[in-house]
Amino acid sequence: MAELWATLIWPVLWTAIKIVIIVGPLMLAIAYLTFVERKVIAAMHLRKGPNVVGPFGLLQPMADGLKLLLKETVVPSRANRSVFVIAPMITFILALVAWAVIPFGEGLVLANINVGILYLFAISSLGVYGIVMAGWASNSKYAFLGGLRSAAQMVSYEVSMGFVIITVLLCVGSLNLSDIVLAQKGSWGLFNWYVFPLLPMAVIFFVSTLAETNRHPFDLPEAEAELVSGYNVEYSSMTFALFFLGEYGNMILMSAMTSVLFLGGWLPPFDVVPLNWIPGPIWFALKIAACLFVFLWVRATLPRYRYDQLMRLGWKVFLPISLVAVVVVSGFLVASGMAPGAR
Amino acid sequence: MSFMDRAARTIFLSELISGLGLTFRYMFRPKVTLNYPYEKGPISPRFRGEHALRRYPNGEERCIACKLCEAICPAQAITIEAEPRADGSRRTTRYDIDMVKCIYCGYCQEACPVDAIVEGPNFEFSTETREELLYDKDRLLANGDRWESEIAANLAAEAPYR
Amino acid sequence: MIFQALAFYLFALVAVGSAVMVISSRNPVHAVLFLILTFFNAAALFILMGAEFLGMILVIVYVGAVAVMFLFVVMMLDINFAELRQGFLRYLPIGAVVGLVLLAELLVVLGGWTFAPDASASVQSPAPGLEQVTNTRALGLLIYTHYLFLFQGAGIILLIAMIGAIVLTLRRREGARRQDIAAQVARRPADSVEVRKVPSGRGV
Repeated sequence: MAELWATLIWPVLWTAIKIVIIVGPLMLAIAYLTFVERKVIAAMHLRKGPNVVGPFGLLQPMADGLKLLLKETVVPSRANRSVFVIAPMITFILALVAWAVIPFGEGLVLANINVGILYLFAISSLGVYGIVMAGWASNSKYAFLGGLRSAAQMVSYEVSMGFVIITVLLCVGSLNLSDIVLAQKGSWGLFNWYVFPLLPMAVIFFVSTLAETNRHPFDLPEAEAELVSGYNVEYSSMTFALFFLGEYGNMILMSAMTSVLFLGGWLPPFDVVPLNWIPGPIWFALKIAACLFVFLWVRATLPRYRYDQLMRLGWKVFLPISLVAVVVVSGFLVASGMAPGAR
Repeated sequence: MSFMDRAARTIFLSELISGLGLTFRYMFRPKVTLNYPYEKGPISPRFRGEHALRRYPNGEERCIACKLCEAICPAQAITIEAEPRADGSRRTTRYDIDMVKCIYCGYCQEACPVDAIVEGPNFEFSTETREELLYDKDRLLANGDRWESEIAANLAAEAPYR
Repeated sequence: MIFQALAFYLFALVAVGSAVMVISSRNPVHAVLFLILTFFNAAALFILMGAEFLGMILVIVYVGAVAVMFLFVVMMLDINFAELRQGFLRYLPIGAVVGLVLLAELLVVLGGWTFAPDASASVQSPAPGLEQVTNTRALGLLIYTHYLFLFQGAGIILLIAMIGAIVLTLRRREGARRQDIAAQVARRPADSVEVRKVPSGRGV
């Protein structure tokens, strides 16, 4: 019995506890991201944003969640029932499972697998299924158009995102996310992070994450003006809430990915006394918050792309640039003898 | 602008960045929001809000049942019935305004020869049922009593232009 | 260990079950979705075997890209199911023959394992064991050294297929107006607006 406990039950239980420790704050972060989004965009529009529910409107996300929870789930009459219900679950689950490999600090990671970055990339590429299935199962033209747009968009931007990731991997020489962060540790502090040597790649990566999460200015799948809100028109109540949570969860995930790849993950900007007292997870959270702010900032600034412009940007601008960058970076690394495998 | 200039602008995304900078600066400007139920914006003296029937200072109602307002009302929201009172003066027995039909054009107050029917400054008269919006004479006179000071001030302010 | 076994049976069962559903489900979109589930479980099986790189690549390439295109096309098709099922019996013999041939070939492959016992020796020495290098590196060591030409050959075949697809679909239409974004951005008021003083009664 004791052996069973030690070999089977306790590891499973311990993993479950760790999952709860990750998912709990994550859900809270998602809820408050919606609040911060409304506040930040309101500030940029010279408005005040939600300020009625609770002090400074801080209870607004709870009120919104409660409202959605109490509403009725409507399944359209000729919708494909099972797919219709599964689609939001897929979106939400995929936004959560990806966090398994994100390193929050030195050794603070649920699953320290060797192909962490590929796992992240794979999960983010699966995100399209929730949306496509929702669009198809709703049996509605608007939803279907939204789903199709999203499928084309995500597949296009994944390509350039993959190449950008490859340039980072060339510099690191490992697919492990903790190794990627540790490779950005150096005597120059902040200037060792990959944003500086790979700045164009970082910009392309960030713009691609905007497209990947269907955020402004690439939110064509849910363009209110033309598709009333795209793939989720027919959804209500908790099914809608799951899409919403999934979208914001994906935003946080993509920001975490940007932090790990380009902003040095949990590393402090300089390894000097007052800064390295602050624990790694807090630095990581600060970097994620900075990326998220840019997400919202871009939303308040830029108008929506037209569909053909979106495709042009993905295939005719980002893809060639990132392809050339792979060649240039690998060439430079080999020529200068800095390639990680060269030793 | 030369080709090099344009190319540099495109490559360094300068227009994108200046746009982002603009929104960032706006973030710290004072907000223009009016916290509505607690703060209200200014209202013109010509504002056409909820209707009211006014009285003379001695308490006599102004309306003489000439029915000009009923005649001019484009939405036909006003219904008037009149007969001589015991003292021989002509007064309304019924003065109804269907506030659901009313389009707040202000023709009734333009038409009134004795400034009896006016549209006051009140715009917060929403109700929970439709029936409550069918105003009768008592309601209109009560409105007049309630808003008389504001209405009189507005009329005085507008007098030079009429 | 028992955990791995349980996981294996779970993934294997789901993979086989959803593979059956791919060919038996009535709705083609459901069939594609089951196909995706099959891919996914196959990837999980790869990971159980310790080939995590292959598993992830399977998910990224097949599930993330190829199957999306499948789904895309199948969703857009307007399929008449009744018509599809009409020829079923007529084509059954051909289908059965193809299936039997494939089965026979599989059997021959399995049975012929002993035909050439020295064949496995002529294969390039496999990658060093997992305890020495990660399997990403092991794959790279093989592909980019011993199998470089085969790898590049495969790449060229894919490139030709891509060029072929572009050539087949690219057609230049006469009279189609295209957006030239660079020209639009470079346009200035001075290029397009001319201010003229027009004398009255005469027009421009």
